[in-house]
Amino acid sequence: MPDMREMTIVEALREALAEEMSRDPTVFLMGEDVGRAGGVFNVTAGLQAEFGKDRVMDTPISEAGFTGMGVGAALTGMRPVVEILFCDFLTLAMDQIVNQAAKLHYMTGGQAKVPLVVRTLMGAGRGAAAQHSQSLHAWMAHVPGLKVVMPSTPADAKGLLKSAIRDDNPVIFFEDKMSYQVKGMVPTGDFTIPLGVADVKRPGSDVTFVATSSMVQVALAAAEALAAENISAEVVDPRTLRPLDKATILESVKKTGRAVVIDEGHLSYGVTAEIAAIIADEAFDYLDAPVKRLGALDVPVPMVPVLEQATVPNAEQLMAVTRGLFGRRY
Amino acid sequence: MELDRALLREMYYRIRRIRRFEETAEELYKRGTVVGLLHLYIGEEAVAAGVCLALRDDDYITSTHRGHGHVLAKGGDSKCLLAELCGRVGGYCRGKGGSMHAADIGLGILGANGIVGGGFGIATGAALSAKKRNSGQVAVCFFGDGAANQGIFMEVMNMAAIWKLPVIYVCENNTFGQYTRYEEHTVTDRPIGARAEAFGLPTALVDGNDVTAVYEAAVQAVARARAGEGPSFIEARTYRLRGHHMGDVGFARGYRTREELEEYTRREPVGRFRNWLLENNKLSEAEIEAVEAEIEAEMQEAIEFVNSSPVPDVSEILEHVYA
Repeated sequence: MPDMREMTIVEALREALAEEMSRDPTVFLMGEDVGRAGGVFNVTAGLQAEFGKDRVMDTPISEAGFTGMGVGAALTGMRPVVEILFCDFLTLAMDQIVNQAAKLHYMTGGQAKVPLVVRTLMGAGRGAAAQHSQSLHAWMAHVPGLKVVMPSTPADAKGLLKSAIRDDNPVIFFEDKMSYQVKGMVPTGDFTIPLGVADVKRPGSDVTFVATSSMVQVALAAAEALAAENISAEVVDPRTLRPLDKATILESVKKTGRAVVIDEGHLSYGVTAEIAAIIADEAFDYLDAPVKRLGALDVPVPMVPVLEQATVPNAEQLMAVTRGLFGRRY
Repeated sequence: MELDRALLREMYYRIRRIRRFEETAEELYKRGTVVGLLHLYIGEEAVAAGVCLALRDDDYITSTHRGHGHVLAKGGDSKCLLAELCGRVGGYCRGKGGSMHAADIGLGILGANGIVGGGFGIATGAALSAKKRNSGQVAVCFFGDGAANQGIFMEVMNMAAIWKLPVIYVCENNTFGQYTRYEEHTVTDRPIGARAEAFGLPTALVDGNDVTAVYEAAVQAVARARAGEGPSFIEARTYRLRGHHMGDVGFARGYRTREELEEYTRREPVGRFRNWLLENNKLSEAEIEAVEAEIEAEMQEAIEFVNSSPVPDVSEILEHVYA
């Protein structure tokens, strides 16, 4: 067993960045206030003091420009980690990510490589309203050529970020702002988790919850409460949407015969629809009930907390949906 | 600037080679051998040739979606480029990119681009990379008058200026953004370079049909970038002698007249430079003909290469999505 330490997701991310910058001189960070200020959520706190201004660069508020520069630097021997403060601002850099980074390897017949990481923030919960609270990971996962990562624990955050930085492809790394202070045990030292390997966060036998990012905590809470009702829920965290570990999801569903997919993106045309379709398509004969989905309401995220909270799936909703799969009504 | 005979010969070789390549591609398009979209560079050869002559082999360029000239001027292989236009496995991108994505990463050619202004971020990022690696490389971003109106142009010039990046923005003003004239799509009481001046970049406005003028401006900008003094801007005024794409000429869409096209055809850069070389006794007729014969042989080889290179097997479709 490696040495373990308890830390928050913020601390785990910072440790991953520091270790990768120490290990590889081509790794550098750029983004709005990632340097002297240490990032709006303190993820990069202290890194500029440790590594210098050339490796932890404060940029102007020019998302398209500096993301595009990340693509150019990645094409020419560097491994940039670009921060887009809120994923809502990915819209400003869409051409760089979708038309340039994602496609260069393919368009050039395999000549170009773009080892770029775009770290960004998702999720509602801070009264930040409709332009600072979205969960736009499904957009990114729709694009072949991108990898999409969404950790839910400190250990996953560290291990996946290190793998993302070492990957030769553009990786969009979604961090949930309400999960930053989630604590957990994290292996010290050079610990990586391969992209494309799901994790069973809680074993169970009656129903599978496929839960991503912020919804993993929701699923775990629901699973714990349902245990008292003699429903044993297994929680599968895909951890990466591209590549997606279909095998682990399907294996779980084949065992339990029931599935609820829960994700903080909008319900329509999103991640839950994709995963539910895979389950329906490839595990139909094992299902004892329809595959259910929970996602964010199809509304812009409102500011006032009473409305904001109502847009995001919660444990009570997940429990109610799950009881329905067993013919129970409460 | 005194330009020696070897350099003048090389200049003529580069602009003539681009012209003959484009004429070859045009011919192959009409025969159906070129299978994708095709945007020809005819009339603008002096810009790519003049700038790339000032570069080292390991410098970077980003190109436009009228990019064959830049690829060739930077030393690109005419066989691989022509095969790419024709969708053959011998092409630069195994047929997956075509005209708008031709690239030779090993030669620092970071790609033509299907997005107008798509090279701004990439070139500026390559310059940032060069600076971080202390490699002494510079990056050139070729773009058109149309791309000058993309917002990212302002973003990257600002960053290039604050970080003193070794990048040169070369605006190839070919008079048209697709089917719209420069003076209709852009404020013209000041040149495009006024935008660069606002960020403190030295700017030059040159006759883009004069390969020596373009070269001299590029030499200065490259020296500045190489010395760590930061970015520069060059506007080269030229004229697109072909339509936006094959099948377009411009008369039907009303963006130019036959008279205008005839007028600019008389000023085209390749013949003009040839005449200048002869009139000023820089190269002899025999020397020029030797250059031309060399290029004709190369074009024949390129056509033969295309004919010998198959289209990709459908099994390649999923290759290269991920590295």
